[in-house]
Amino acid sequence: MNARYVNGLEVERIRADFPILKLKVAGKPLVYLDNAASSQMPQPVIDRLVRYQSTQHANIHRAVHYLSETATHEYEEARRGLARFINAREEREIIFTSGTTEAINLVAHGYGRKFIGAGDEIILTTLEHHSNIVPWQMLCDEKGAKIRVVPINNAGELLIDDYEKLFNVHTKFVGVTHVSNALGTINPIKSMIEFAHARGVPVLIDGAQAVPHLPVDVQDLDCDFYACSGHKLCGPTGIGILYGKAALLETMQPFKGGGDMILSVTFEKTTYNVIPHKFEAGTPPIAAAIGLGAAIDYLTATGMEKIAAHELDLLNYATEQVNGMPGVRIIGTAEKKAAVLSFAVDGVHPHDVGTLLNEEGVAIRTGHHCAQPVMQHFKVPATSRASFAFYNTLAEVDALVAGIRTVQKVFA
Amino acid sequence: MADPKSLYQEVILDHNRKPRNFGTLEHASHTATGHNPLCGDHIGLALKLNGEAIDGIAFQGEACAICKASASMMTATVKGKTRQDAETLIQEFRDMATGKLDLQRQPHHLGRLAVFAGVRDLPVRVKCAILPWHTLHAALNSLASTSTEADADPMHAPIGGA
Repeated sequence: MNARYVNGLEVERIRADFPILKLKVAGKPLVYLDNAASSQMPQPVIDRLVRYQSTQHANIHRAVHYLSETATHEYEEARRGLARFINAREEREIIFTSGTTEAINLVAHGYGRKFIGAGDEIILTTLEHHSNIVPWQMLCDEKGAKIRVVPINNAGELLIDDYEKLFNVHTKFVGVTHVSNALGTINPIKSMIEFAHARGVPVLIDGAQAVPHLPVDVQDLDCDFYACSGHKLCGPTGIGILYGKAALLETMQPFKGGGDMILSVTFEKTTYNVIPHKFEAGTPPIAAAIGLGAAIDYLTATGMEKIAAHELDLLNYATEQVNGMPGVRIIGTAEKKAAVLSFAVDGVHPHDVGTLLNEEGVAIRTGHHCAQPVMQHFKVPATSRASFAFYNTLAEVDALVAGIRTVQKVFA
Repeated sequence: MADPKSLYQEVILDHNRKPRNFGTLEHASHTATGHNPLCGDHIGLALKLNGEAIDGIAFQGEACAICKASASMMTATVKGKTRQDAETLIQEFRDMATGKLDLQRQPHHLGRLAVFAGVRDLPVRVKCAILPWHTLHAALNSLASTSTEADADPMHAPIGGA
């Protein structure tokens, strides 16, 4: 297999940017195929974190001294970069959060608790990660609202007719994942958003699994909210963003109270700051935000279109290889998929698959992937999941396939 | 199995393929169900106690190879032993799996069960190996069910405690 050339991506040159990819595990070269859980960080992002911490750190939005102004500038520069990355109209539509989970909780609290009440309905889908289910359940428990669920077919695709039938006068909100973390299904969110908007219903998109793999344009999608995480984008953990349309964000109540989110405070009355600061109480993870800014610069320079094309090659090759293996079943066969391959090996529990692949240096995820409704649909307690990034090679797919053969031999 | 460092030694694979005491037990005096919510694995255990002696034991359920082999070898080991012997083995197995028992230097009664010592290096798999032993402890103490996540369970195995 020629791993150098795939869709114009110089994979070997890219791999040289990722120090962790040189690791050996169990005496074998690391084959990292758990990118849907968290991606690895390239040297320019590591260097950016070191440069910030060694020459630019102070608290932001506060003091008049040089370091504070520098840190504030770099932090806001990262926000501008993220606004460009997903094509937000304005940078104040980008709120830094600790990740996708916090971003969704922010909307459930800031929008949901204000605008969703007893008898109202929220539409979610079977493909949601628990982080786009549980905050809404908590809201429903508090308010007496109800969740309606869009079912899927056996390929792992949403049943759009059923989605449309779920709408009624009580429908107040839609939450849907852009890409399924457990199966890789890419959902037709643009038409789903259009359908909801025609009925005056706002839509939140969980983009955690989409932004690392596809170009995302929030204006073109016309979504009301879009949430994603930095650590799946080659950035640090503990940082993510919520995009929200400015007009909506302005009507929402704050999520957390504290410093930086206020204009003035007396014990009688507090006046909240403008967006995005209204939603960024306390000292944020400044270094992580700046690191995320560097990460999207790296991805942009690499080219999201090229990344998407290379990952599709990896997925297609892996799908073809695994489909050819007797006793292995791919779970999630949607027509449109991102770089996720969930599978089951006949007679072998996914945890045993994962441990044995680890003995071959191959890192995959096994379990329910925080998507138990998906597991329930396919009547499995768990799956094995290989998920690809642009720095993976076809040779690594071969290593995965060889690893699965070893698993089958051990359990023969 | 070629690699001696692998957790998947032949004895474990054999007990996974042909689990001993797998099935139901008539006239059980003690039963319990163990559940690992992290992976959905569950083990049902039935015992027949004659005074202090474990006269009969059987297990059922769906689980990974490590959990199933652990259950199989556990039932084979404790059958015919006393309740006190079983409790001692439960404690020793748990200590081995969490890295608290040094098999070379400290006395123990684990015998062939020492094949599971390797899980101490795989914190996520510790619970797989321990689940049947949690469940045995629950059955002996007439607790209807247990979970690897039950904090109140005295057998709770801290992840990464090794």
